Amino acid sequence: MVQVPIINIHGVLLISIQDELLDDSISELQQHISEQVIEQQARGVLIDISVLDVVDSFLARTLHDIAATTSLLAAQTVVVGMRPAVAITLVELGLILPGLRTALSVEDGLALLGRGNGTVRTGPR
Amino acid sequence: MTASANHEISSIVSEFLDRRREPIVAEWSGSPFFQGSGGDREQAAVDCAEVLTGLRRAVVAGEADNPAADGFAGIRTLLEVLAAQRGDDSRLVVDTAASIRSLRDPLLRLWHEEDLTDGAVAPGAVLLGAAVDTLGLVLLDVALSAGRDTIASQREQLAELSTPVIKLWDGVLAIPLIGTLDSMRSQVATESLLQAILDQQAQVAILDITGVPTVDTMVAQHLLKTAQAARLMGAECVISGIRPQIAHTMVQLGIDLEEVVTRAKLADAFTYALSKLGLSVIPAATGDV
Amino acid sequence: MTQTPSTEAVAITTEPDIVHVRQIARQAAIKAGFSLVQQTKLVTAASELARNTLVYGGGGQAEITLELTASTGTVHLTFTDGGPGIPDIEVAMTDGYSTGSGLGLGLGGARRLADRFEIESAPGKGTTIRMSISARRSA
Repeated sequence: MVQVPIINIHGVLLISIQDELLDDSISELQQHISEQVIEQQARGVLIDISVLDVVDSFLARTLHDIAATTSLLAAQTVVVGMRPAVAITLVELGLILPGLRTALSVEDGLALLGRGNGTVRTGPR
Repeated sequence: MTASANHEISSIVSEFLDRRREPIVAEWSGSPFFQGSGGDREQAAVDCAEVLTGLRRAVVAGEADNPAADGFAGIRTLLEVLAAQRGDDSRLVVDTAASIRSLRDPLLRLWHEEDLTDGAVAPGAVLLGAAVDTLGLVLLDVALSAGRDTIASQREQLAELSTPVIKLWDGVLAIPLIGTLDSMRSQVATESLLQAILDQQAQVAILDITGVPTVDTMVAQHLLKTAQAARLMGAECVISGIRPQIAHTMVQLGIDLEEVVTRAKLADAFTYALSKLGLSVIPAATGDV
Repeated sequence: MTQTPSTEAVAITTEPDIVHVRQIARQAAIKAGFSLVQQTKLVTAASELARNTLVYGGGGQAEITLELTASTGTVHLTFTDGGPGIPDIEVAMTDGYSTGSGLGLGLGGARRLADRFEIESAPGKGTTIRMSISARRSA
């Protein structure tokens, strides 16, 4: 299994996806994140996908599920760094992922999480 | 005419095209069709020979009236070059007819100089005429394709030029859209906007549609998709410049822009953007200017 | 002038094969002169269909064909499997995202991204999916 490194920044788990992941690895990552949120008592999860040039429905659905799961565990997930071509394609696919919070960069994501319930929101109301 | 008689005529004609190659090429080289911009007779002769070879191939294959025959397909590239040299095709059909006539007439003249059995003269002339006419069809097709490509390319260039991205403030950008938004222009605008959001790390992007005359369901769809894509990237799209008539039309068409924030004026959209960034404009302290 | 189309076949029997299909599709898209967005759409569609072939079809193969003319580039994708077949194609094509049904989303999604899309399938007869995306090549 490819171990994706997780860094804890003041209670926010930063996950930077470096390579294309196989489906199995994606599912394992989902599991791993949930465990780490509990173990590290994280208040937020930041998933950086800025390296990915393709995000298909499987990964998109998993990101959505990760956000739903962490929310149940009292942590907020933010996906950051989605590339323009990927965003356009997901919209074409009809996967607009409502409820998934997003930010332009790790910095913006941390700012978003840092303000608690999100004074600065870039998602739909 | 029976199949074997057809075959016999084809043989006679193709043998003629081969044996009388030199005089045919000599006649054709003088045609404006092969002159191009350089007037180089040697090059013209080479080009003629190639076209003649292609024509002959089609005749041999029994495909003199098929523009898609291998013989014609093989000389398409050469024909594209010759067409490009002639440049102005505002009188395309007339010019093509004239070119074909300038090839057909000498060809038939040479044919009638041949010593042939009576039964072969007329059918052979018909076959030669058909082959040259088909060449004319291929010429037209080549010119039309080139025209289509130019138009498509220019449309794209125009679309890119007419979607400038303006940085209004750190983190705020605007794209004023002007003119009718067809599918292609919308896509170009969306891609430009999203790339600019990435490059400038802009949190708010204002799409101003003041210059867009009509907003129908398709245009609204494009606007909505652009906003959705921007949101996935982590930015927010605001649509400004919605005139009363446009708002009216959109309601009547049942267009729902969902959660996308809209404003009537670009200025209001800018104020909104600033507030999202936690900024506001306050008067400068007096005496500081 | 049209060149003879070139085809590459990829067997789909394990998960890494899905990634392999994406890579071949990406190369073809680049050679076809696709813009970045068009490449992404093609590779994403290929990924959806490859996964569908593996997970629902029990494995099969993908054929990626590049077709070039003087002014356009087209990438054709053909996915075949000898799996159970799809009993009701229209239902399968409906986006099943809210219900989480993997099958529906893959096919419907690929169709949305494609310029041309056709599917042949029947219970017990496996499935063949053909799609393509074309683009005008830049002058």
